[in-house]
Amino acid sequence: MAIKLKAKLADGVVEVKALMEHPMETGQRKDKKTGEKIPAHFINKVEVKSGDKVLLSADWGASISANPYLAFSYKGAAGDKIKLTWTDNKGETDSAETDVS
Amino acid sequence: MKRRIFLQGTVAASAVGVAVSAGLLTPAQVMAEELGAFAATTLEDALKAMAVTPEESKDITIKAPEIAENGAVVPVTISTTIAGATEISILVANNPTPLAGTFKLGEGVEAMASTRIKMGKTSDVIALVKAGDKVYSAKQEVKVTIGGCGG
Repeated sequence: MAIKLKAKLADGVVEVKALMEHPMETGQRKDKKTGEKIPAHFINKVEVKSGDKVLLSADWGASISANPYLAFSYKGAAGDKIKLTWTDNKGETDSAETDVS
Repeated sequence: MKRRIFLQGTVAASAVGVAVSAGLLTPAQVMAEELGAFAATTLEDALKAMAVTPEESKDITIKAPEIAENGAVVPVTISTTIAGATEISILVANNPTPLAGTFKLGEGVEAMASTRIKMGKTSDVIALVKAGDKVYSAKQEVKVTIGGCGG
């Protein structure tokens, strides 16, 4: 599992872009060999913070594509410390940090 | 974890318990309640679970392809000029569970969110924007050549 996180400043606005490695299984797909349903396994919570401030908090379902992409913008400054954390329906979690440049 | 918190809420739990024993709710519905609107299998039920009655708005822009060749990866960007927008949700009317995601915007965050969604077949993509006590909506049809939910 890996997260690619970028935060770039242009004209006082920071664009945050993230790509999270995750299968995002819906629970409706069948294994082609066994014919059994593959259990649901998807990120259901994503939080992006700048320091202690929550910029974006997202609740997701399994309709978000595999290896989810997320982008948004906020009024910020160079040097802001951005941290993204995701949690999935199995309780697994991962996070990444970057500085706004 | 959610279930534990749910059960600790004694007032809510007893109310649900009464509803179950009175036959008002089936156990399956209680399960769905825990997952909230994400478990809803129709657009109508998803909106009901979210407790919203959206009002159509021209001030919401949905940027999505008219035709998506691959339903597994459909890029969608929702933006709005509605003042005081705090939440953006994306729903796919014809998906098995229509609610794809809700994005809660913090202070100083622009009223816009981009992601990529799965679409099982041709469907309306619906954007909801919450501002104050009101919820606004817009929709755009995306034609899907190869569905993204099968396997």
